[in-house]
Amino acid sequence: MNKYRKIALDGVITSNPTLKLVLGTCPTLALTTLAMNGIGMGLAVTFVLICSNVIISALRKVIPEQVRIPAFVLIIATFVTIVRLVLDKLLPDIYESLGLYLPLIVVNCIILARAESFASKNNILASACDGLFMGIGFTLALTLMGAVREILGAGSIFGIVLWDFQIGFFSSSAGAFFTYAIFIALFGMSASQISKRRKLKNYSALQAEKHRLAEEAVNNSAEAEQSDACAAKTDNLNGTPRAFGSGTLNDSAAGELKKEA
Amino acid sequence: MTEFILIIVSAVFINNFVVVQFLGICPFLGVSKDFKSALGMGLAVTFVMTLTCLITYPLYCYVLVPLGIEFMEIIVFIFIIASIVQMIEMVLKKFSPTLYNAMGIYLPLITTNCAVLGVAELVIDGGQMASLLGIAESAMNMGYAVLYGLFAGIGFTVAIVIMSGLREKIARNRINKHLSGFPIAMITACFIAMAFYVFALI
Repeated sequence: MNKYRKIALDGVITSNPTLKLVLGTCPTLALTTLAMNGIGMGLAVTFVLICSNVIISALRKVIPEQVRIPAFVLIIATFVTIVRLVLDKLLPDIYESLGLYLPLIVVNCIILARAESFASKNNILASACDGLFMGIGFTLALTLMGAVREILGAGSIFGIVLWDFQIGFFSSSAGAFFTYAIFIALFGMSASQISKRRKLKNYSALQAEKHRLAEEAVNNSAEAEQSDACAAKTDNLNGTPRAFGSGTLNDSAAGELKKEA
Repeated sequence: MTEFILIIVSAVFINNFVVVQFLGICPFLGVSKDFKSALGMGLAVTFVMTLTCLITYPLYCYVLVPLGIEFMEIIVFIFIIASIVQMIEMVLKKFSPTLYNAMGIYLPLITTNCAVLGVAELVIDGGQMASLLGIAESAMNMGYAVLYGLFAGIGFTVAIVIMSGLREKIARNRINKHLSGFPIAMITACFIAMAFYVFALI
């Protein structure tokens, strides 16, 4: 269970594909003008990621090492085609707004990176989990960025108009780069703050533990000394005569026997 | 002639692949630390993009559409791009080892460059090309497709070379710990995008 918790944490926070690893930047920059686009793209990528991870993990012992990259790309391209056909029929609005970036999921680095570094080395269940949580991390980051850019750039959120105040910069391409840069910097900053605090907490916990251990050791040694002293005393009292009685007597007896012989 | 100029201006400046359409951001951020490798990457991508358009456009129009299997486009295109890259690598290794040594490390990266698959997908989309180039949808032909591929590649090269020049300057400055690396590169890209935005006003 601990392993799956680690996979979940890795995907969403510690190695978030968008904010920490900075993979799959093209759709992140292009589609975050609206929060809805972020969700659409995120879910499409999540679906492809889970399916390709499962298939690649299942075939990891069958695919030869030398042709693995073309094989991975073929598997990914198949699922992207499926997503494209399904979206075209069921959600034509989202299909329209994702446009060119939908077929480009094939060359999204996140999917190939997870296939190469995780799915080709782990079992099916773990790979499926990894795909799911990486996808969630990607979706969350895209939606958050989309929400910020939509609020600032268009004055609305998920299409609901909030106010009449708009900053055109945030919906332009320059604003995309700027928002992404700020997001990465803030994410890195908070991550380092948290790890620093955790280290501090760990350090103080460690100190307390050390102190407790030291105290225990002192108590133990005092007790041990006392018990040792007692044992020594009893040994002194009982041991010597016993030793004298057994060892020396026997020896002298043996000597006497030898002399007789 | 005016159409020709229009394609150049549209592909290189107004709809620049990197800073306006966000295609090929990975190499744009990853291989732009020094001028020389940026130029090498740009030229390699331009070459592959032109060749890709030259092959995928007729393949789509004269093979996939008549057979009614347009939905296979992604799989077919990615395989063609991968084969082109592999072929170029083999040819270069055989005939021009110096060029291979200069370009070699970037070639495998090009297969997963979204700019290449992006241009292949763009040129077969008649409506989008019509609005990008200002021509009638029915007037779209192979000549336009290949020219667009070539100049989109040049647009990519221009952007990545500008970026590498700026990053070489930035590398000499002291930058906040959290902003160094990707964030400062993206803020640089933000200013390049603003500069390119002026062309859209023309």
